[in-house]
Amino acid sequence: MKYLLKFFKGYRIESILAPLFKCLEAIFELLVPLAVARIVDIGIRGGDHREIFLMCGVMIALGVIGLICAISAQYFAARTAVGVSAKIRSALFAHIQALSQPVADEIGTSTLITRMTSDINSVQTGINMFLRLFMRSPFIVFGAMIMAFTVHARLALIFAVVIPVLAAVVFSIMLVSIPIYKRSQGRLDRVVGKVRSNYKGTRVVRAFHKEEGEIAEFDERNDALTKIQLFAGRISALMNPMTYVIINLAVILLIRGGAISIHSGDLSQGELIALYNYMSQILVELIKLASLIITLTKAAASGRRIADVLMTSTEKEKHFSTKKASSDTALCFENVSFRYHEGADEALSKVSFSLRAGETLGIIGSTGSGKSTLVQLLPGTYLPTEGSVFIDGKNTALYEKDELRALFGIVPQKAQLFTGTVRSNLLWGNPDADDETLWQALAMAQAKDFVEEKELGLDTPVQQNGANLSGGQRQRLTIARALLREPKFLILDDSASALDYATEASLRSALAKLDATKIIVSQRASSIMHADQILVMEDGELVGFGIHRELLDTCEVYREIYHSQFSEGGDKQ
Amino acid sequence: MKKKVHLKESVKTFGTVLRYLKIYRIHFIVSLLFTAISVALTLYVPILVGRAIDLAIAKGLVDLEKIGKILLTILISILITGLLQWLVGVLNNRMTYGIVRNIRHRAFVRIQEFPVSYIDAHPTGEVVSKIITDVDQFADGLLLGFTQFFSGVITIIGTLLFMLLISPPVALIVVLVTPLSLFVAAFIAKRTFSMFKLQSEFRAKQTSLIDEMIGGKKVVAAFGREEEVQKEFDEINEKLENASLRATFFSSITNPSTRFVNSFVYALVAFVGALLCLGGSGVMTVGMLSSFLSYATQYTKPFNEISGVVTELQNALACASRVFALIEEPTQTPDKENPVTTDEIKGNVEFSNVSFSYTSDRPLIENFDFKSVEGQHVAIVGPTGCGKTTLINLLMRFYDVDEGEILLDGENIQNYTRQKLRTSYGMVLQDTWLSEGTIRDNIAFGKPDATEEEIVAAAKAAHAHSFIRRLPQGYDTPLSEDGGMLSQGQKQLLCIARVMLCLPEMLILDEATSSIDTRTEIRIQKAFATMMHGRTSFIVAHRLSTIKDADVILVMKDGNVIEQGNHDTLLQKNGFYATLYQSQFVKE
Repeated sequence: MKYLLKFFKGYRIESILAPLFKCLEAIFELLVPLAVARIVDIGIRGGDHREIFLMCGVMIALGVIGLICAISAQYFAARTAVGVSAKIRSALFAHIQALSQPVADEIGTSTLITRMTSDINSVQTGINMFLRLFMRSPFIVFGAMIMAFTVHARLALIFAVVIPVLAAVVFSIMLVSIPIYKRSQGRLDRVVGKVRSNYKGTRVVRAFHKEEGEIAEFDERNDALTKIQLFAGRISALMNPMTYVIINLAVILLIRGGAISIHSGDLSQGELIALYNYMSQILVELIKLASLIITLTKAAASGRRIADVLMTSTEKEKHFSTKKASSDTALCFENVSFRYHEGADEALSKVSFSLRAGETLGIIGSTGSGKSTLVQLLPGTYLPTEGSVFIDGKNTALYEKDELRALFGIVPQKAQLFTGTVRSNLLWGNPDADDETLWQALAMAQAKDFVEEKELGLDTPVQQNGANLSGGQRQRLTIARALLREPKFLILDDSASALDYATEASLRSALAKLDATKIIVSQRASSIMHADQILVMEDGELVGFGIHRELLDTCEVYREIYHSQFSEGGDKQ
Repeated sequence: MKKKVHLKESVKTFGTVLRYLKIYRIHFIVSLLFTAISVALTLYVPILVGRAIDLAIAKGLVDLEKIGKILLTILISILITGLLQWLVGVLNNRMTYGIVRNIRHRAFVRIQEFPVSYIDAHPTGEVVSKIITDVDQFADGLLLGFTQFFSGVITIIGTLLFMLLISPPVALIVVLVTPLSLFVAAFIAKRTFSMFKLQSEFRAKQTSLIDEMIGGKKVVAAFGREEEVQKEFDEINEKLENASLRATFFSSITNPSTRFVNSFVYALVAFVGALLCLGGSGVMTVGMLSSFLSYATQYTKPFNEISGVVTELQNALACASRVFALIEEPTQTPDKENPVTTDEIKGNVEFSNVSFSYTSDRPLIENFDFKSVEGQHVAIVGPTGCGKTTLINLLMRFYDVDEGEILLDGENIQNYTRQKLRTSYGMVLQDTWLSEGTIRDNIAFGKPDATEEEIVAAAKAAHAHSFIRRLPQGYDTPLSEDGGMLSQGQKQLLCIARVMLCLPEMLILDEATSSIDTRTEIRIQKAFATMMHGRTSFIVAHRLSTIKDADVILVMKDGNVIEQGNHDTLLQKNGFYATLYQSQFVKE
């Protein structure tokens, strides 16, 4: 939470002025009971008309000044709250973007999104309320006590006793309810989880006729949430009645003591009314404080969640050897092992191979054999747990992130497009490309035809995640996007899976004309059998490396894959 | 005009809220009663204090005995008030969270009955935000309404009565001037409404940018677009900041302004009251003035609160209406009242003159006829988007046909209950959805009472046993939402095991092996062959090698079945199927 304080920089003056004006307003409010006391003692008892006129004028004047102070305070508070949270939002977004992939995986997309949105909103409200009220409440409470001392020191001792008692009550209720509140958020998460999962799995749930089971599970979580909310509610419902009773007990003591003092002549009636008014002000203030405390509790929890993300370091620890690989290899793996998490099974173990510039590498293997993992080590999305990866003879760990990524054009497994138009998506590959270049790339990616068919051509809108395009169309656009980078290395990670075989074949022959070093991952033997080098993966290990014909003779796994797809003798070459 | 419609809707929503409140009517009445009593006592205390003060006029003129009695009454009053206040708090919590629980339950139950078309058309996030965020906001508003609105109204009425009892002329001043604060509040609220709307617009825009960019983080990084994306983000962020500042500041003027009106009222009461005291006619005593001043604050305070609560309630009602709209979404047509009751499904499936489209302006399947006999294996092939999965949707009644009918054993499938129809199919989809729970729970999803042996046998048949054994906790390994650490292929194997365990009369395999490598696939094919033996099966696949042995192959293109036959006859025909098949084997 302290971590977030640095975002107040630049709003230091505002964040001091806001509570300051609030306190000024409070001072003027605190003067009102004194005016009333004078009306009673001098005006009424003394029969002085002028004093009544004067004091009522003073009260209205105090009100006007109070209004001005309050509005200034609200302004400064709003500016600080909004400004600070805008800064946090921007910084958090930048930080999330800078997170290395393994760290981001660990935290999880959906929680990052909640933190960016609802958590920051709650912090904003929290800061605003804090600046407006949190200084004011203690100020009024202590101010009232001090004023009480100026009126009558002995009776004011009652204030001195009551205030610590009240503070103890307020803080213990707060301390008890914070952890309950946190637990209740956790249970809410479980309700969210059930709704999401049920909704996504509609077809399966219905096919197995598990609707009732799902409802029962939902109810269980929903009830658990309700139960803890009720529990939290019962505790915080104590706040108002307890403060009310305590303050009024104090009022009883005050009046009793006051009556005795008046009897003995060292207190006036007006002064007693003033003391009573101060007690009332404390009560009003505490009721406000009680509702504020819930808001602040929420904001504090949210602030902690945000700080947690901001404090995660963007990169995992690096360990690398500085050894140079031989200079003619474009790409070289040296004893590379990789784990996604500490303690997890090795997704890659001891992989070594190298590739010359301009060559095409095909990677094939079973599901979960480590193909995609291997490819993600190339542009440094992940760094190897052991061993080294060399690109153009330089260890990937030694590259600047941007420098390394600039070498690659990647077509990921999941064809991800962004809201905008076909053009805006393609320009990600090369912001300066003109239409002609765009069409060339589309043609090479076998996407020209369908884009041409669209009425708006390059300006065809693309919805979030490319929802308005078919899987095959999305894949081809992502290929075109990667081609526009004119990369030194082109990676196709099983990215033609939604294309029919004929289209894929045309794509392959178009790509063959490129100078780039190509790395093609596929489950189809036909997609990679013409590659200059083929890498066969099995359970994270490299079990074959060579060209098609060699591998057919030497590599059992390759042979099996090949035959599973070209089963009949007549179909084979 | 527009406002009227809005009002009508609010009234309707409010009516629905009242219906949910109905089962808590006893809570509600008791809560109101307790509130009334505690407010009355709260208001009574200042009178007592005023009387006590009147008994302490000056040195020597103090009736300590009477004061003691009054103080005892005060003590009893505050103890009762404290207790009642707490009880009201507990009751209100129970009502609010109970209603919220019931609304969430209702919404979830209704979703189970929604037509699949609704679910396909509405993203998960939208529904989650309705059931979670909107309901939460509604709860906040409702609680505030219960706690502050009623006590506020009762306080106003109560104070008014007490003030009239003490001094009608001074009461009149208060009554006349106080509504000013309501006008001020309404004036400001009207002006800030558009600012709040602007703020939520920017917020929505920003959220969708965040959602997209964090979801597509890898791609952003791969293309080195971080700076551009950040720039885009900061632009929206700045707009949001400005809108937010205006909305926050202008709305926060309300409070000080109404407070100023209150101080004005306070001063006025002090002035008139003091002059009346001076008159000495006994119309007004100092103690009465003191009570009056304390009433003046208590009377005006609820006005501030209510003006705040009204905004809050408006928001709550808006949220509630979104949730209720979701709940009132039309559900699927109910099952027939007298469904076909048969224990034995043979598996004769017939499409008779079936037409179907997702949107009326884009026809998809038209006048489709097809008949399969029990035990037949029917393969459906064709390019992406040709309508293969649509046929499955119709078979399972995820969607209903527009025209014609689908018959199962000679009966229209709409004459069966959905449960009967669906549970007679075993289904493996391309989408590998697993439920939250252990691996064991997931395999036993369709048959919760399965024995350990059955579960392991199913896993073995699906070739999932070996990888499950290697997991840290084996069959007890918990899976998080979306299957967590498992690869796509492993998840698909679990989905297959899930079906293997509760083999129904018919099977649907929709790209059931798309994420599994071809070697494992060949092994699974054997298991599939055993599983499919004697069962009517529908198989969708894009790898044609897997469906060569099917009895009938339906070749689809653009929603129509353009060829029908088995592998050999289709190859001989040398049509679309033959082209598709050959294209798999590109010449070297």
